[in-house]
Amino acid sequence: MSEIITVRNLFKIFGDNPKKALQALKEGKSKDEILREHKQIVGVRDINFSVQEGEIFVLMGLSGSGKSTLQRLINRLHEPTSGEIVINGTDVVKLNQNDLREFRRKNFCGMVFQNFAILPHRNVLGNVEFGLELQGVEKEERQEKARKIIKLVGLEGNEDNYPSQLSGGMQQRVGLARGLAVDADILLMDEAFSALDPLIRRQMQDELLELQARMKKTILFVTHDLDEAFRLGDRIAIMKDGLIVQVGTAEEIISRPADEYVRTFVEDMDRSAVLTARTIMLPVKERAFTGDGPRTILRKIRRYGLSGILVTDSKRHLKGYILAKELADYIDRNKQVEDLKMDQSLVRDAAYVDRDMPLNEVINVYQEADYGPIAVVDSDQRLEGVIVRGAIIAALSEGYEIQPNDQPDPQKEE
Amino acid sequence: MFPFRIPIRDWISDAVDYLVSEYAAVFDAFSALVYFLVDNLKDGMLALHPLALIIVIAAITLKMAGWRVALFAALGLLLSENIGLWQAFVETLALVLTAELLVMVVGLPLGVLAARKDGFHSVVRPVLDLMQTMPAFVYLIPAVMFFGLGLVPGVVATFVFALPPLIRLTNLGIRQVPKELVEAADAFGATGSQKLFKVQIPVAMPTIMAGVNQSIMLGLSMVVIAAMIGAGGLGEDVLRGIQRLQVGQGFEAGLVVVIMAIILDRITAGFGEKTSTS
Repeated sequence: MSEIITVRNLFKIFGDNPKKALQALKEGKSKDEILREHKQIVGVRDINFSVQEGEIFVLMGLSGSGKSTLQRLINRLHEPTSGEIVINGTDVVKLNQNDLREFRRKNFCGMVFQNFAILPHRNVLGNVEFGLELQGVEKEERQEKARKIIKLVGLEGNEDNYPSQLSGGMQQRVGLARGLAVDADILLMDEAFSALDPLIRRQMQDELLELQARMKKTILFVTHDLDEAFRLGDRIAIMKDGLIVQVGTAEEIISRPADEYVRTFVEDMDRSAVLTARTIMLPVKERAFTGDGPRTILRKIRRYGLSGILVTDSKRHLKGYILAKELADYIDRNKQVEDLKMDQSLVRDAAYVDRDMPLNEVINVYQEADYGPIAVVDSDQRLEGVIVRGAIIAALSEGYEIQPNDQPDPQKEE
Repeated sequence: MFPFRIPIRDWISDAVDYLVSEYAAVFDAFSALVYFLVDNLKDGMLALHPLALIIVIAAITLKMAGWRVALFAALGLLLSENIGLWQAFVETLALVLTAELLVMVVGLPLGVLAARKDGFHSVVRPVLDLMQTMPAFVYLIPAVMFFGLGLVPGVVATFVFALPPLIRLTNLGIRQVPKELVEAADAFGATGSQKLFKVQIPVAMPTIMAGVNQSIMLGLSMVVIAAMIGAGGLGEDVLRGIQRLQVGQGFEAGLVVVIMAIILDRITAGFGEKTSTS
């Protein structure tokens, strides 16, 4: 993955004399002072971030935080006051009007709006082909493409309907289809689902994620809804008063909020839906290998005072769990055997979860498990860590923060 | 109070005299154009059998406003024919339609311009106020000086009176196009004219059509005044009725004006609704 959008030192000041206000801002004046003394409104200030190709990057903040302004700066629906916006190697800020138009056609085109912004005088097909029509694509070609996209977003059969005949959710599908039809590298979505009622919103979020899994677009998504941000965003930038206060994955933000503002913001979040097994797992202190003899395994167990031990092969693939008590009984019964072999019937099934499983599902697994800790594995069934009961409860209590050095590095190999 | 008097009357008179003497050719050309339009329209409509024209008008009404209004139109037009005002009806219709055509040719671009340029908008607004509130007789006189008595000054007076609502409502309609729609056009890389013709004008169309409707109605209200300078048509019958105190005759002509007004109103209103719901 590579950086597709890089924003450096971006400022936007609304007003008739932005240069002077910019100077004052750089001298450390606050947003309110600038409004009072210079009568200029600070839109966004000192913005630095980058978006990776193929990720959903969410700009999250309350109204007035500057999130929509920032998005509109990126395709220059608002003119930046100063700073750089590099997209695919081109500094968008420096483009003249003609080049900008060409660039928009090639790279953005896709923009999906809060109130859908679809054309009331055109039917669904006419709306979806709109972007292609502006580019001058031949009628037959663009209609064929539009029909394909209409099918993709689940609007098949509605090609000839007019927007006023469609429900809100369907209208936004039209908006989404129009954004996708132009085949842009980047799709800008501005509060795209905020005008929809909760159930439809949820459904649209799921469909967007499904589409994204197939299409791998770079999506810059603006929302004021934290749940939506955490559901959709690969990474999230939290904005306040025109500043980005924190950028990170949902887990990073919820487990290590950058400041008090973010902390109060994420307080009401359902932590169990965001935190994953990986966040709360502990490193495996000791494990048994499939080739180990019974006495070796017992020694390992006793060294840490465990009630049992997880078994893996030499490639860390999880093989099962051995209870200390059963192993000790087995050795007792076979005291006289010199070269005692491991009885494979002692290796029980181990309870395990995928490292990306959210905590609310981990809890279910925990409840069903009769013995031992929960093993955390990666997609190849390789052991990465363990979860103990106390860790789940601790993670769900609000004050809990995971220190970076507490987290075992899941990438670490043998 | 003042030792002097601002000579507005002299300025205006001088300007009119100057225009009449220096630009006679321009006025003649304009005259010819108006005559050409009105005459062709009128002759075309009179060439048809009244019943044929009535069917055509009723059919248009049916399409735009439904069968009730179409039935009303057919009956109203038959009545006009029955009371001997068919010729006058057609003359007035030709005059109003020609004036409206000129209004659209001039008004739409000016309305679009006013919506795009705030400076132009602030200049054009007081001019429109002036056009709408200045008593019609005041500009009837210079119109007669420019074009002589007859049809053309009638069309011009109608034009002046009917132009403002179209400019105003075109301006309003385009300014009221939702900001997000304009942003969408920009975001998808529309050029200025693509934005205008594919987004702004179509979305503003219901409001623009309300402007067309209003200007036709205002144009019809000028029918009698235009007749005073010899524009002919139904206005002349109204006028004659008044002058001779033949109340009945005046009423008949007035009734036909109302019938025409209702038909034109419903057709244009219906067109406006069609553009907004489809």
